[in-house]
Amino acid sequence: MKKLVKTLSLLLAAAFVLAACGGAPEAPPEPETVTVTGFDGSEIDISIPQVEADKTNVAFVYVGVIGDAGWTYAHNQGREYIEANGENMHTAYIEAVPEGADAERVIRSLARQGFDVIFTTSFGYMDPTATVAEEFQDIDFIHISGQKKAEPNFGNVFGALEEMQYLSGMAAGAKAAEDGSNRVGYIAPFPIAEVIRLSNATALGMRATCPECVMDIRWIFTWFDPVKEREAAESLLDAGATVIITGADTPGPVQAAADRGYTGIAHNSTESCNGLEDSCLGVPYWNWGPVYLDIVEASVAGTYTPEDYYGSVADGMVGFLGFMEGEEPLPALPTEVIPLIEATLADMEAGLFTRFDMFTGPINNNQGEVAIPDGYAMTQSDLEGLSAGYMDAFGIADRPACEVCMDFLVEGFDETAEIPPLN
Amino acid sequence: MIRFRLERRETTSRWLPIFTTIGAVLVALLMGAILLAYGGLNPMVAYGQMFKVGFAESYSVSDTLVKSTPLLLAGLGVSIAFRMRLWNIGAEGQLLMGAWAATGVALFILPETTPRFIMLAAMSIAGFAAGAFWGVIPGWLKAKMGVNEIISSLMLTYVATFFINYFVFGPWAVGGFPLTKKFPRNAWFPRLLDWADAIPFFRGMTAHIGFFYGVVAAILLYILFKHSKWGYELKVIGDNPEAARYAGMNISRTVILTMVISGGLAGLAGMSEVAGVVHRLQENFSPGYGFTAIIVAWLARLNPLAMIIVAYLFGGLLVGGDAIQPAGIPLMIQGMIMFCVISAELFTKYRIRIKRNAPLTEVSHG
Repeated sequence: MKKLVKTLSLLLAAAFVLAACGGAPEAPPEPETVTVTGFDGSEIDISIPQVEADKTNVAFVYVGVIGDAGWTYAHNQGREYIEANGENMHTAYIEAVPEGADAERVIRSLARQGFDVIFTTSFGYMDPTATVAEEFQDIDFIHISGQKKAEPNFGNVFGALEEMQYLSGMAAGAKAAEDGSNRVGYIAPFPIAEVIRLSNATALGMRATCPECVMDIRWIFTWFDPVKEREAAESLLDAGATVIITGADTPGPVQAAADRGYTGIAHNSTESCNGLEDSCLGVPYWNWGPVYLDIVEASVAGTYTPEDYYGSVADGMVGFLGFMEGEEPLPALPTEVIPLIEATLADMEAGLFTRFDMFTGPINNNQGEVAIPDGYAMTQSDLEGLSAGYMDAFGIADRPACEVCMDFLVEGFDETAEIPPLN
Repeated sequence: MIRFRLERRETTSRWLPIFTTIGAVLVALLMGAILLAYGGLNPMVAYGQMFKVGFAESYSVSDTLVKSTPLLLAGLGVSIAFRMRLWNIGAEGQLLMGAWAATGVALFILPETTPRFIMLAAMSIAGFAAGAFWGVIPGWLKAKMGVNEIISSLMLTYVATFFINYFVFGPWAVGGFPLTKKFPRNAWFPRLLDWADAIPFFRGMTAHIGFFYGVVAAILLYILFKHSKWGYELKVIGDNPEAARYAGMNISRTVILTMVISGGLAGLAGMSEVAGVVHRLQENFSPGYGFTAIIVAWLARLNPLAMIIVAYLFGGLLVGGDAIQPAGIPLMIQGMIMFCVISAELFTKYRIRIKRNAPLTEVSHG
C-alpha cells in the first residue's frame, strides 16, 4: 500500500513537472482572447496579454477592474476603440494592478514583451511609469492624470472633466430648486487639486441655475468603496440635500438618492447610471478612445512628442450624458434647464466658455473672502494646484508653480464645508 | 455498502507531506483546467503562460524574488510563533508598523545626506523594533493575562492599518494623495539594476537585498531551532506546556521573546518592502503579504529552510497571475491551490479506510 502511494505520487509529480514544462515554450496557436458569457448574461473576455506579430501592440495598465462601470471601464472603452478603429492594432490590458508594490513590475514586463505604446491609467503609476520609460526609450509611455513627462517617450494625458461638472451643477441646481430643497450634496474622494477643481466647477454651475442653492460636501478618502460612498450619500440626504453628485466610482450614491425618491449624478463613464436612468440627471464621463487612437497613430508614425495633453469637450475627450451626439436628456431632468445646458455646452465646444473662463475672478470662497481676484483667470498650473511643495515632492521640474492655487472651496458651498487640512 | 472512515495515522512518512502537497496542487490545477476549458481557453496555454511569466523568462527570477521577499520574512516570523502553538496571525499589522517606522526614519528623522549604510541599518532596526513592539503586545497579554493571541494579534492589524492611514492621509500626505514623498536614494535597498552598467543582464532587474535578509534569517532560525535553548524550549512548550512548566521553563518569558522575534521579522518584511520596492509609504501598499505569509509558513511546515523554496514558488504563482486577464481568473486558480493544499493537510494526519459491510470483527490491512 505504501509503495503504491509512493509510486502514484511520483507519477503525479512527474506529470506536474512535464505539464508545466511542456506548456511553456511553444507559441500558442489558438486565439488569445475568448469570450465567455457569465452567469448574469454579461460577456467577459478572457485574454492573455501578449503581443501579436506584425501589428501595433498597445497595452493598458488599470488600477480597477474593467467591470467597474466607472473610471477603469471608461479606459477600457478607449482600448476597445483603438482595437475597433485603429489600423492593424492589437491591444491588451492588465487590470487591478496595485499602485505600490506591483505597478513598476507590471509596466516593465509589458515593455519587455515588446508592446509599442503603454498607457498607465492612474495617478499612482506616475513614478513607476517614468522609471520604466527611461529604460525603454523605443516604447512610448502615456500616463493618465499626472504631470510628468520626459523626452523622448513619456507623456501625460488628462482632460477638463470640470467643464462637464459645471453642467452637472447646472442640472443639479435646477433640480434642487424644483425640489424646493435648494440643497445639493457632493461626494469628494480625496482632498487633491483635481477633486477640489471638479467640486468647485460643480458649485459654480449650480449657482448659475440656482443662485440660492447651497452645496454640502463629504470627503470619503477613497475612489472606490461602495459602502463609504453610500454612507456619504445617506449623510448628505439626512442633512437635507435632494440631489447627490458623486465624484467617486460607483452608482451607489445615485441609488441612495433614488431610494428616497430623489435624484443624483454619477461619475466617469457612459454606463455609470445604468439601471438608474429615471433617477439620474446625467453623468460627466470620459471618452478616451479618439485621443488614445491619435496618440497611438502618432507613435506609429514616429511623430509623438511627449507633452502635457489636456483635452476638453472641444476635442471630444469628455461628455455629459444626455447631451452629446446621439444621446437624449434623461427624463428626471427639469425641462427648463435643458436649453440652458445645451447653450453652455455649445459655448464650451466653441471655446467661448472654457475652464479658464469658469475660474475667472471675482470669485469668493465659501467664507466670503476673495479667492480669485477680479479679472484674474486661473492658469493651468493654478487649476492643477501645482504648488512648489507638490512639484518638489513628485519631482516635476518643467511646469510653472501655481499663483492662485486650487486649494479653496468656492462660494456656493455651505460655509461650514472645508477641505481636510493638507499636512 | 461501502463506508469511508478517517483514521489517525500513527506514523507519518517523511515524504508524505511533500507528495500530498504536490497532489493537492495537481488537483487544483485540474479543477482550474476544467473551468478554463469550459470557458473556452486552452488550459495548457493559460498555465504555460503563467508558468512562463512566473518562472521561465530571463527576468522571472528577479521578479519572483521581489514578490517572495516579504512572504519569506513574514512567513519566517509567523512560523516561529506557530512552532510553540502561539497563533500570531497579526503579521500584516506588524509588517505595516515596520514599514511605518522605516519610513519615519528615512523621511523625518535622518537627514537626506545620511550615508546609505547607516540609513539602511537604522531603517532595518526601526522596522524590526516597530514590528517587534506590535508583536509583543499580544505576546505580553497572552503571557501575563491569558488573552487569546489570535484575537488580539488580528485586531491589532486593524489598529495598525488605521494608524498608518492616519499618517499617509494626514501629516505625511503629499498634495492630498494618500502617500508620502519618495525616499531619498540613500534609503533605497541596493537592487540588481544598480549594477546594470557593469552587467547589462541586470538591466531592469529589481530584486533587492531584502531577499538576502530573508535567507540569512532562515539559516539563523534553522540553527537556533536545532541548537539553542530557546529553540528547544519553543518545541517543548508547543508540544506540552504543562511538561515545560514542570521542567522549570519560564513560559511567559519565552512567549514574549518569541513574539518579539516573530513580530520583528514581519516588521522587517514591511521595511524591506518600502526600502526595496515602493520607496515610499502609501495606503494599501501591502496586498496582504502578512496574511499570505501564514499560508507560506504552513506549506513549508514551519521549516525555515523549506520556507525559502515555498516563498519563491508562491511568489512565482503571484507574479504569473498577471498572465491571464481579467484578474479574477488567476486569483481563482491561486485560491483553489491554497484551498486544496490546506485541505490535503488532512491526509498527512489521517488515512481513509474503506469499509465494506463486512463483519464487525474485520481487521483492516494496510
